[in-house]
Amino acid sequence: MLFSISWRNIWRNKVRSLVIIFSIALGIFAGVASTAFMKGLTEQRIQKVIKTEISYIQIHKEGFRQNSDFKGYMPDAAQLVSEIRKIPNVTGVSERIVVQAMAATAETATGVLVSGVDMENEPEVTNISEKLLEGEYLKGIKKNPVVIGKKLAEKLNAKIRTRIVITLQDTANNVVSGLFRVSGIYTTNNNMYDESHVFVKAGDIRSLTELPEGAAHEIAINIDDNENLPLVEESVKKLATGYEVLDWKSLRPEMNYLTEAMDLYMYIFIIIILLALLFGIINTMLMVVMERTKEIGMLMAIGMNKTRIFSMIVLESVLLSLVGGVVGIVIGALFAKWKSTSPVDLSMWAQGYEQLGYDAYVYLSLEPMMLVNITIMVIFTGVIAALYPAYKALKNDPADALRIE
Amino acid sequence: MNVIEIKDLVKIYNSSEVQVKAVNGITINFEEGEFTAVVGPSGSGKTTFLNMLGGLDRPTSGSVKIGGTNVWDLSSRKLIDFRMNNIGFVFQSYNLIPVLTAGENVEFIMHLQGKPKKEREQRTRELLESVGIGDRIKSRPAKLSGGQQQRVAVARALASKPEFILADEPTANLDSTATSGLLELMAEMNRKFKTTFIFATHDQRVMDKARRIVTIEDGKILKDERFER
Repeated sequence: MLFSISWRNIWRNKVRSLVIIFSIALGIFAGVASTAFMKGLTEQRIQKVIKTEISYIQIHKEGFRQNSDFKGYMPDAAQLVSEIRKIPNVTGVSERIVVQAMAATAETATGVLVSGVDMENEPEVTNISEKLLEGEYLKGIKKNPVVIGKKLAEKLNAKIRTRIVITLQDTANNVVSGLFRVSGIYTTNNNMYDESHVFVKAGDIRSLTELPEGAAHEIAINIDDNENLPLVEESVKKLATGYEVLDWKSLRPEMNYLTEAMDLYMYIFIIIILLALLFGIINTMLMVVMERTKEIGMLMAIGMNKTRIFSMIVLESVLLSLVGGVVGIVIGALFAKWKSTSPVDLSMWAQGYEQLGYDAYVYLSLEPMMLVNITIMVIFTGVIAALYPAYKALKNDPADALRIE
Repeated sequence: MNVIEIKDLVKIYNSSEVQVKAVNGITINFEEGEFTAVVGPSGSGKTTFLNMLGGLDRPTSGSVKIGGTNVWDLSSRKLIDFRMNNIGFVFQSYNLIPVLTAGENVEFIMHLQGKPKKEREQRTRELLESVGIGDRIKSRPAKLSGGQQQRVAVARALASKPEFILADEPTANLDSTATSGLLELMAEMNRKFKTTFIFATHDQRVMDKARRIVTIEDGKILKDERFER
């Protein structure tokens, strides 16, 4: 019956209640939509890094990532690749020969990281082949094709078919050079990456450096879903004993920090919204209590104890907040659902976003847990907002309250 | 048998400059089944007396014993429960809960008492039928006339099966037809349930029905008369 009284009390002054419900709904909608936007932006950024740059899991010889020593290769890489391929949820595996080198055209030279990739396997783990602005992915050039980033192409003043000399150290520490021709120019919208990463065929770099057949410096693994990452990682670790197996969170810890920081910012943002709404709810509940002084006095007189009076007011405040909150959450979730297939178009500011590695088209993403947490926060706000008005109500003296005309 | 025993009851209001003795040493007993009107001019202390009697206003001194319990010795929490279980209230301006129907208003106090749903519903129906508005059980107070609202208030006051009912100017807002109907009803309830009724009133029609009239003036009992009716 207490619930029923509280619920009906909300609708005694429809306009006032609807005003506060509308403001709560609007605030929560803004919170949910912003959260979904930021989450989408972050997830897209991470997906981009995973799909274009690093893939989900990488395997290296211990220490290779620190010193990039050409001799730090895994002799059994090819065999490992075929074994890893059998692990459930693995959608692609590719070995790479990775070497730091100097890339030079007739005009200038610069340091680059050369990845010698397997033409068949590499598209399973990274999507550089889909990011080409010009030319083809290691095709169209008979001998020694190279794919370079747009930024590097600008720096070296290189175009399709431009000759590039790549100079590096072989396994015997001899400095060797190879003449390559640009077969394709890609862009990932990450300038730093595009400026420093070039791709060649594994066979070309193997013959240049005399790296043993089947050996490689890096194995990249793609999986079907991030949720399966721990499971796959464990299986890979069992196969790749003695090697360093790292997931994307360890390979690019800043991406993980980005997710965590973004979640934290979102909660802070929602707390600020709720704090602003809190004062509106307190104001409404104070008006409610003031208006009903006589009624509350009567309830106390006929036997409603302080706990019940307190509960009635808290319940009223919580229901009021929850109605607004649920409306805001539902509209926010529907908006996020709509914008998860039809992206938010930020192409007007594309240059700025892309400089930072973000996409100009953002697909919103919403975690159901976030909605649950927001609901809990709304309930909590309702309780906090009721405390002072409920305290005022409990201060009522029934005899004095009943004298009010 | 005395239901209420009041001894040397005093209430002093301290304003900034003067002390006002609203009730000035009242000693009186009320027996089971009485139908009593407490009368007196405005400001004579009737309402203050009734409030102290009903456990709403703490006396400056003196005692109020109801069924042997000194109500002003109870903690505030126990006092609320005591009021709920022993005293029924009927107010001048009805004071029904506007968001509840007539039936729910009557049921509410039994809900507070923790009575089972079936018992609550049955007693609500019986009470509303006995006050003559059984057909308005689902109507909200705003849809009822003043007389009907006061009948619901009487049914609510009876719902908790109290020792006695305190009614402060219950007919003040009613027309003569509604007043005589309500008085007949309360007299019938008094006979039927043996519930003690104590009214604070100015209304001659109430006085004409009362079997005991206590006249208060300047916070003291001026007259205490009994009538055979």
